[in-house]
Amino acid sequence: MGSDDDIVTRLRDGDEAAFRDLLARHHDHLLRFARTFVKSPATAEEVVQETWLAVLQGLDGFAGRSSLKSWIYAILANRARTRAVRDARTLLFSEMTAEAEDDEPAVDPSRFNAAGYWDQPPRPWDDLTPERLAASAQIRVRLAAALEELPEAQRAVVVLRDVEGCSSDEACNILGISETNQRVLLHRGRSRLRAMLEPLMETGRRER
Amino acid sequence: MTSAMLACREVTELVTDYVEGRLSRWDRLRFQLHIGMCRHCREYLRQMRATQRFLGHLPAPPPPPDVEAELVERFKNWKRA
Ligand SMILES: [Zn+2]
Repeated sequence: MGSDDDIVTRLRDGDEAAFRDLLARHHDHLLRFARTFVKSPATAEEVVQETWLAVLQGLDGFAGRSSLKSWIYAILANRARTRAVRDARTLLFSEMTAEAEDDEPAVDPSRFNAAGYWDQPPRPWDDLTPERLAASAQIRVRLAAALEELPEAQRAVVVLRDVEGCSSDEACNILGISETNQRVLLHRGRSRLRAMLEPLMETGRRER
Repeated sequence: MTSAMLACREVTELVTDYVEGRLSRWDRLRFQLHIGMCRHCREYLRQMRATQRFLGHLPAPPPPPDVEAELVERFKNWKRA
């Protein structure tokens, strides 16, 4: 993979393979992120392509003050936001804040008794390795679909933090939200995704 | 003063703050105390971490060939410019 410095140097040297690597690593996730701002897949595709062109334009001036990845996402967030405003379909950051303020339990409250202890506890998931995920197309398809079902703000945060591995500071800067809101959205998003995986992981157990 | 013992339901709400290192020292202690005694919440924490890890391994298909070709072409022109 190489460090940002290596990749940037190779790109500046015109290394086509380095550019193809970068596309392969981020293009699909960038699309996922763009779709949290703009509704139509075609528009998301356009915004992501514009982002890549802007990356090329800006690369010689990229000073490495942020990671390459978070720099690319910041460009995308700006473009997607502009585009969404033009198309009158904006995920405003006031909405992100509102979404963070809604009351949403991590786990269905009916699974706890009156004292707040588990009544229907989570059944164990076996073999929680990335290898199992790689081996299970079903889990991957379900997880990708579950991600698309998250409310936009939660999805934007989860893509940055967990799919792309950005730090919380990076995610806050890209999205222009407070650390607290970022953390609430991350919590909601991860909690929902865990719940959506639960039936599948249990079915998987029965099959074994 | 809040009670020393967290309920399971509270644990499921604090789990992200815990993983993110954002709990106060006192809450962190209460969280760890609960996790140490409650296997269901231990399993819950494991599942939350697994969900996070799975997301980091979501496959990323490369761009469609025509899109990639177009972008690589722009890359070549960018270098020539
Ligand atoms: Zn518990």
